[in-house]
Amino acid sequence: MAKVTVDGIEVEVPNGASVLQACEAAAKEIPRFCYHERLSVAGNCRMCLVEVEKAPKPVASCAYPVADGMKVFTDSPMVRQARRNVMEFLLINHPLDCPICDQGGECDLQDQAVAYGSDLSRYQEAKRAVKDKDLGPLVKTVMTRCIHCTRCIRFATEVAGVPELGATGRGELMEVGPYVEKALSSELSGNIVDLCPVGALTSKPYAFIARPWELTKTDGIDVADAVGTNIRIDARGPEVLRILPRINEDVNEEWLADKGRFWIDGLKRRRLDRPWVRRDGKLEPASWDEAFAAIAARIAGVAGDRIAALAGDHCEAESLLALRDLLKGLGSERVECRQDGARIDASRRDFYLFNSTIAGIEAADAAVLIGTNPRREAPVLNARLRKRHLAGGFRAGVIGPVAADLTYPVTVLGSAPTDIAGAAEFLAGAQRPMVIVGQGALARPDGAAVLAAAWRLAAEAGALREDWHGFNVLHTAAGRVGALDLGYGRAADPDAVFDADVLYLLGADGFDPSRIQAGTFVVYQGHHGDAGASRADVILPGAAYTEKDGTWVNTEGRVQRGFRAVYPPGEAKEDWRILRALSGALGTPLPYDDLAALRRHLVQANPAFGRIGTLEAAGCADASGPAGDPAGASGAAFVLPIVDYYRTDVISRASPTMAECSATFVSPAPAMAAE
Amino acid sequence: MALQDKDRIFTNLYGLQDWQLAGARARGDWSTTPQIIAQGRDWIIDQVKASGLRGRGGAGFPTGLKWSFMPKKSDGRPSYLVVNADESEPGTCKDREIMRHDPHKLVEGCLIAGFAMGAVAAYIYIRGEFIEPYHRLQHAIDEAYEAGLIGKNASGTGYDFDVFLSRGAGAYICGEETALIESLEGKKGMPRLKPPFPAAVGLYGCPTTVNNVESIAVVPEILRRGAAWFAGFGREKNSGTKIFSISGHVNKPCNVEEAMSIPLRELIERHAGGVRGGWDNLLCVIPGGSSTPLLPKHICDDVLMDFDALREHKSGLGTAAVIVMDKSTDVIKAIARLAKFYKLESCGQCTPCREGMGWQWRMMERMAEGRAEIEEIDVLENVTRRIEGHTICALADGGVWPVQGLIRHFRPLMEERIRQYKQRHAAPLPMAAE
Repeated sequence: MAKVTVDGIEVEVPNGASVLQACEAAAKEIPRFCYHERLSVAGNCRMCLVEVEKAPKPVASCAYPVADGMKVFTDSPMVRQARRNVMEFLLINHPLDCPICDQGGECDLQDQAVAYGSDLSRYQEAKRAVKDKDLGPLVKTVMTRCIHCTRCIRFATEVAGVPELGATGRGELMEVGPYVEKALSSELSGNIVDLCPVGALTSKPYAFIARPWELTKTDGIDVADAVGTNIRIDARGPEVLRILPRINEDVNEEWLADKGRFWIDGLKRRRLDRPWVRRDGKLEPASWDEAFAAIAARIAGVAGDRIAALAGDHCEAESLLALRDLLKGLGSERVECRQDGARIDASRRDFYLFNSTIAGIEAADAAVLIGTNPRREAPVLNARLRKRHLAGGFRAGVIGPVAADLTYPVTVLGSAPTDIAGAAEFLAGAQRPMVIVGQGALARPDGAAVLAAAWRLAAEAGALREDWHGFNVLHTAAGRVGALDLGYGRAADPDAVFDADVLYLLGADGFDPSRIQAGTFVVYQGHHGDAGASRADVILPGAAYTEKDGTWVNTEGRVQRGFRAVYPPGEAKEDWRILRALSGALGTPLPYDDLAALRRHLVQANPAFGRIGTLEAAGCADASGPAGDPAGASGAAFVLPIVDYYRTDVISRASPTMAECSATFVSPAPAMAAE
Repeated sequence: MALQDKDRIFTNLYGLQDWQLAGARARGDWSTTPQIIAQGRDWIIDQVKASGLRGRGGAGFPTGLKWSFMPKKSDGRPSYLVVNADESEPGTCKDREIMRHDPHKLVEGCLIAGFAMGAVAAYIYIRGEFIEPYHRLQHAIDEAYEAGLIGKNASGTGYDFDVFLSRGAGAYICGEETALIESLEGKKGMPRLKPPFPAAVGLYGCPTTVNNVESIAVVPEILRRGAAWFAGFGREKNSGTKIFSISGHVNKPCNVEEAMSIPLRELIERHAGGVRGGWDNLLCVIPGGSSTPLLPKHICDDVLMDFDALREHKSGLGTAAVIVMDKSTDVIKAIARLAKFYKLESCGQCTPCREGMGWQWRMMERMAEGRAEIEEIDVLENVTRRIEGHTICALADGGVWPVQGLIRHFRPLMEERIRQYKQRHAAPLPMAAE
């Protein structure tokens, strides 16, 4: 530890810390543009200059290491002058087009110009203008505003692992952009919008939509994947206008994947805003009472075990519990959530969780990925794997198709379940090995055998210890773990759910509706008119994730809460309320009338729901594995669950922005022959 | 007393003799290399320290002291010597001549200096535009390998030492030592943050010392003749001989090796045939390459050419590239051209340099025309002060010094230019309102 005096305040910081960190420890604000905690230090903006005793010149505090006994001054005349100088230089070629700039109101340059700049410009010459770059359908560029902090370059190169951005040219003519005219091929590209301290990189779909002070900000949880990214939902009136990540070191650090950020225009399209009832083979608008009556009429007299429910990928725990209790009231235990047919063994919680935890990836030293492409299935988690790779001393192996560059080097260990046993050799010697099983490995007839084989691999690699649990299931659905925690998915065969007289779909669209038997009466409760609704006999309009208070459990088993940012459209209601009302109409009322009571039942149903935001200490107390027989695995190669990252569920399929991304990144139109 | 031929280190500076190995050997190169190396690392460094040799690339940092920063014991990483042959400072053309006509001095110097700092290899980073020097230096390296002078068991000393030659691509900034290292590594030439200094983390993350061509090339001769001989030239702390590149309005522009601390007037008159039109026709001199502030005639009359004397006059010896301007020169325009050079060569990394160099150049263009206000001279001077000392590397400092020197010594001329412009463009008498 080094003792540093900052403006007379003595602080102790670790050796090797920067002067800037020491200043922060002393609660002194240091202005900065290029410095960012999660990126390498560039030291080029020169805004963070401070005075250090005995140094002849002001030093860049972000890059200058502390020394014991150092005296730092952050508010001396020299420092104030240095900041004013740098600010003047930054502004001479900045267009000062704040009134038409989307960054206005949340711009570092604006804020710091007010705080540290001077009130008039002495610059009389012509200003620089820079040609805008095309970074694809998500990121809008106005490069004349760029102040060359290189945060975007460092993010793309270091965190996203796509070294496609760089600075070309020298001096005043230096331009930041892709080396060739090309869209930024990363699932994390939206984060450069957050990182850009000025309005050079802004969100293309959000262009000219709103000013930050008009927005109501609500904390939420992203449901685009099972990472449970913490988000902030910015809404104005009834509309969600943008989504930004919140900082959560254990989950997403401060990143958010593009789907969860940019799919919000899908929340306004193809919405179910009133109940529908099928009469004479045709869906017709109906009132809530009519819809409930139609369900009650059909359900009367059906034996309990002929009623089944299938929950979809976005469901929050509250509605899952209400649905489960509703079916219990009707005499059925048949609740299913594995609509992709994944052979998950839910008999023990650590059979279906990402037990090493996302933050725990940084402690691992080897990983085998089985039937998964985390770059598409959980981009933020993949960034953590890349971060681990960059720290050194980490090796990753893949069993299954290597569809795309994972942004870190991998060793291909095979393609089929029969190759799993051989991977033990790859993990040999690792202190904290990880086995990561994707849904592509489980959603197949021999999935149970694959699960057991993966568990056995983890056991052989010494990954199942009191102090380290290296067995991980990577989910793709935000609602899946919560459903499993609430007793869903206990049937041996996930497809058995389709064998029913009455099938209740709670936001379930991720399967082929033709698998439902012809005579089955289907109730669809959800928010988008997609696959499930098209087959329904009664449609009950529910709420999307931004429109309800809900609890989601991420792939680690972390219970997190999101809040309602806007109201559901039209006659749509929060999902647990619909189920509560329906239970009354069916004569089996649920024992809770408000959210608090429902959440008390949630904790009763599974104590895990009492622990919000944190996890139990990881570790494997019982190394006995899941029920499957590893020998039953076939030699058929794994198939990845996600082909098109931008079109995976009802919201993304309804989103024009995601459609454009899909056309740009996944299936670009073939180049036309020159005329 | 001028330097005598017997005391010259670069005896083939003008290329009158054979530049290849045989000729170099005839001039004494490679003659006692094994004996020098046998004296050991510490002896070499002590001798270089005692000789008072200061870096010849511009900054004038004591060479022996720089070498002593290298780790004495390897922590597993190899050490490297990097030779900066990216000679791009306008006015400077000494390293080019060394590499063209005396390349073996440099190669031998690499071995001895590399041995002294425990380096396993020397990387010579040569300016891309130097075609002939590149081919000759490469030839010299090949000859040295063939003769067993470098490579495995270099010169029979048991020390293994490699020399690699790498070409730059024409960026001035790559002459800055950390930008040079970046460029050698195949990256964009942008200076690195210091600390860590190259002696701790340099080329490929290994301890590295970057030296100028001339600093390395003089080392073998210093060690052969003794530190005292070298220290005998020039004033204290400014010792040795030095190649001066004299260009501009002189009768015979030339490179010449002279003793340090020679009076500027003597240097110009003895070796360059004097100022065009006589000494009294002198306007000013840039004494050390384009980045050093100019000196008007009254200072040039008696100033000595060494680090400290020029520093006293707020200029510097730099690379000792003397640019002479006679009274026919439009000195404001000349400095404006230099400002443009630095604007173009700024790497664009640091804000003050990237934005400030363009501002400075545009104001200088207007000053050259006179299209400015007199108060703007103060703004210009203030802008240069705001750039200076606020950046990662010294390019920005070197880029503003010429303008500072101009304002310091020629402010009346600038004001006169502005007044003349105003007279020429005086607004017509205001018309009466209709």
